[in-house]
Amino acid sequence: MTTQEQVRLIHQLADRIGRPLQLMEVCGTHTVSAFRSGLRSLLPAGVSLIAGPGCPVCVTPNPFLDRAIAVAHESGTAVATFGDMMRVPGTHGSLETARAGGCDIRAVYSPSDALKAARASPETRVVFLGVGFETTAPAVAWTIREAARAGVRNYSVLCGHKTMPFAMEALLRERDVEIDGFLCPGHVSIVIGARAYTFIATDFGIPCVVAGFEAADMLSAVRMLLEQVDGGAATVQIQYTRGVTEDGNLDAQNVMREVFDEDDAEWRGLGNIPRSGLSIREEFAQHDAERVFSAIQVPEPAEPSGCICGDILKGKKRPTDCPLFRTRCTPSSPVGACMVSGEGTCAAFFKYHKGQD
Amino acid sequence: MCLAVPAKIVEINGETAILDMEGVRREGIISLINDPRPGDYVLLHAGFAIRKWSEADVREWREIMEEAGALEQ
Repeated sequence: MTTQEQVRLIHQLADRIGRPLQLMEVCGTHTVSAFRSGLRSLLPAGVSLIAGPGCPVCVTPNPFLDRAIAVAHESGTAVATFGDMMRVPGTHGSLETARAGGCDIRAVYSPSDALKAARASPETRVVFLGVGFETTAPAVAWTIREAARAGVRNYSVLCGHKTMPFAMEALLRERDVEIDGFLCPGHVSIVIGARAYTFIATDFGIPCVVAGFEAADMLSAVRMLLEQVDGGAATVQIQYTRGVTEDGNLDAQNVMREVFDEDDAEWRGLGNIPRSGLSIREEFAQHDAERVFSAIQVPEPAEPSGCICGDILKGKKRPTDCPLFRTRCTPSSPVGACMVSGEGTCAAFFKYHKGQD
Repeated sequence: MCLAVPAKIVEINGETAILDMEGVRREGIISLINDPRPGDYVLLHAGFAIRKWSEADVREWREIMEEAGALEQ
């Protein structure tokens, strides 16, 4: 189906449904793709895309960052992290400011680079910041298992991994955001499989479509969601067939299960969500930075005043509702996490929003 | 952050492989996918292959990218 045909169908379906619809794209990569491609401008006035809590950097709360910075101050320690985390403001400065102050903090492309660094300098305690959803968690789990197998004692992970399905449920339970359908994250779903969202469709009656990341993928997924709403259906469909299966990647799930336990997790803005995170199993305690550095002092966390990142992550408010947006909070001088990451809703609005709704 | 890019397996060395990403070569870990072979296309995320692509998947991806004008042939 061509893009024009998709758009025509979407408009027909929206007319027939005859009420405003809010579709949440859960993943930050979807948010950026929708803006960059101008997809929002192709949708009917009544169909809105709202950004969800799918930017891992954005939902990582201050206590995690503060702990990471405190670990970086320990002598003989190097902190390795995905580059996106560097500029996120914690309670007292960021990883970047800590590095400027003399801490050994390195941006890496892959957790395997952090493990390599640990192998290369056995006298340095290398701590990788485990941030990310189910797409990333298997890779980090692999490094922990590998460190245990090969006896790399100076490698550990500060685990802040989060998982998507129960966070989506939490949003539905809050009920202060109307959600008529979910565009489910494509690469998270490669790992967990489409079946992971079945309870959202059956228990909450919310249509779900697992979408790819190109504009054409997202348009197809929007059309599929509208078809479900129009037909009174609520099922989980896969638009991203070149990535996602019902069962997901079993090898990746296995390494996650081997290394991590499901756990409750603290999300910036959303608070504590049961079963929405991962913690390192007792068996791998030696590679769990939380345990290795259990004695360090972490300052009392505080959120920046006036920042509405929390409501933005829930889809409740938009960046343009924030008094700090484009004034005190900009990509070059961010106040909140959502302005730092390229996938943050505020950063995407800042870069691309020109009257797009 | 959940970005993943397609890459072709050039050479396998245990759990690691040399991957070709539209002309750029780098190392990646292939132990999270089933039965990787040289010539296979994979989706690479944070240095790890997380999914193997079939010929049809590669074709579909190329068509979409061509439509978007993002891939120079």
